[in-house]
Amino acid sequence: MDLWNIFDQEWVPVGAWVESALQWVVTNFRFIFQAIKVPFDIVLTGLENGLTGAPDLVVLALIVIVAWQAGGRKLGLISATCMVAIGLMGAWEESMTTLSIVLTCVVFCCLIGIPLGVIAAKKDRFWLVLQPLLDLMQTIPSFVYLVPVVMLFSIGNVSGVIVTFIYALPPVVRLTNLGIRQVRGDMVEAARAFGASNRQTLFKIELPLAMPTIMAGVNQTIMMALSMVVVSSMISVTGLGQMVLRGIGRLDMGLATVGGLGIVFLAIVIDRVSQSFGVSSRDRDHRKWYETGPAGALRSLFRKG
Amino acid sequence: MTDAQIECRDLWKIYGQRSDEAMKAVLAEGLSKDQVRDRFHCVLGVRNASFSVKKGEIFCIMGLSGSGKSTLVRHVNRLIEPTAGEIRVAGRRVDSMDEAELLELRSGTIGMVFQHMALWPHRTLGDNVGFGLEVRGVAPAERRKAAETTLEAMDLGGWIDHYPDQLSGGMQQRVGLARALAADPEILLMDEPFSALDPLIRRQLQDQFLHLSAQMDKTTLFITHDLDEAIRMGDHIAIMNDGEIVQIGTPEEIVTNPKDDYVAEFVKGISRVGLVRAETIMTPLDGREETDKRVRMDAELGDIIDHFMDDQTPVTVITPDHEVVGRISIKDALAALRG
Repeated sequence: MDLWNIFDQEWVPVGAWVESALQWVVTNFRFIFQAIKVPFDIVLTGLENGLTGAPDLVVLALIVIVAWQAGGRKLGLISATCMVAIGLMGAWEESMTTLSIVLTCVVFCCLIGIPLGVIAAKKDRFWLVLQPLLDLMQTIPSFVYLVPVVMLFSIGNVSGVIVTFIYALPPVVRLTNLGIRQVRGDMVEAARAFGASNRQTLFKIELPLAMPTIMAGVNQTIMMALSMVVVSSMISVTGLGQMVLRGIGRLDMGLATVGGLGIVFLAIVIDRVSQSFGVSSRDRDHRKWYETGPAGALRSLFRKG
Repeated sequence: MTDAQIECRDLWKIYGQRSDEAMKAVLAEGLSKDQVRDRFHCVLGVRNASFSVKKGEIFCIMGLSGSGKSTLVRHVNRLIEPTAGEIRVAGRRVDSMDEAELLELRSGTIGMVFQHMALWPHRTLGDNVGFGLEVRGVAPAERRKAAETTLEAMDLGGWIDHYPDQLSGGMQQRVGLARALAADPEILLMDEPFSALDPLIRRQLQDQFLHLSAQMDKTTLFITHDLDEAIRMGDHIAIMNDGEIVQIGTPEEIVTNPKDDYVAEFVKGISRVGLVRAETIMTPLDGREETDKRVRMDAELGDIIDHFMDDQTPVTVITPDHEVVGRISIKDALAALRG
């Protein structure tokens, strides 16, 4: 043995260990992972069928109305422009698939991430354990866990949602934790002083006050989910990402550009709309949501009538 | 004392992970605050505090920041758990209450006002004021009605659907007071309620509160770092230093007879004109001649001084039944004024 070059030999076969461990999990526990897929599948299929099945113009109108309601007339116009551009480029179907994957991912990130963040804010020890886990999820290159995900969940859109979920979960957990911790101490103390239980304090005081921060986390989560679109297309997830991937594979610059532009336009719409959900009511002059936007317009119409 | 509405006996609070150990050591060896900190890394918040507050009275707790007054008052509704000691509110032991009893006590019996208002910015004034009722499950309409009435009493009628950030500081603290009063509690805990306000508004709110308090017969525990305020508001004053209650007494007792240098230092700059009464400074008549100038024994120093304006002969002090009990010379009056 050449002592000077001892590292020529592989001493610790990490690769082999992981390989056999994964094999063992796959053969014995695959059914668990298949069960985990079910809720993701249900939500994704529902959204996708809805968005691609409905007439294009109806979906377009829906998106514009939501954007107008959330961020005012200007955002409605921006969204209309972006979505029409996507449609005219011929990327409508693909963008609807991508949108449904991103939305499904966000639904699950919120369902799981916000409660995790709340617990983390309440229990320092839990946060201590959770923090390195989140760091791990964010720093491991996403290519690395594509392989185990494919082996456990197989390929396709649902697996794509799960990969994206793992990658996009950390921001909403982190910012929920931060938001709850940042609520002024005397606000919480006042709630307790007037006889609110822990649960009432959380739902009536802490969560509403932390909402702008939590929504910033949700926005980050959405953006990260969008950034996984191209990567996840490698496990045969359809949509805009696949257009880009096919474009790269065939050196078809045109196809890649259309897919890329589609992602950008979609990102602009989703980003702006989700950001405007996070604006606190104080910054909106305390107007209720139904007093502005299309709902407000409708209301005033009926009032006059 | 049977008519005590709030009563604390031998109350201790030690912060830190080794508080139980520290408590035992303090009882056994009488450690000082610094010793507790060095030996157990614990902070002594309240040291052996005992006091009782009668129904309907305003009891001021005065001390500098860090003296433990806020900590002490938070034991009354157990926002802070005592390390040792007894707390009684309206005859019930607070320190041994379970969670449900405690929530009931906080939402129904005790109202609290905070130094920095601590109004919830995402709730309308109505929802702020009605919060205590809301957590008890009172119906929205009834809640709103109660909020309306209390806001009205604080001269804030018509603001019910506005938000706290649309109000000035003084108005916000009136909302804070309305919130504390909404459930019609027997007891008010006020943690430096007027400290963050400018002097004129503070004065107004003090007057408004005194007026209200006289009408409604609430028992109030009032925290302040300002002795002037304590004297204005309090029927009794407790002075705290380093977690310990140094002296308890009426404003006059505190001012005329400070127990130690710490209290004396506070009392120094206080005007005695409206505080010291005739019976405190009079000397026995001892066969000396009565004069025509007569004051009742509860007359304030300011009124007595008025009698010396024209001529400087002594004044005679009488009881409400016109019985002569003593006299005050101009020297006595000036000495009392000087302190």
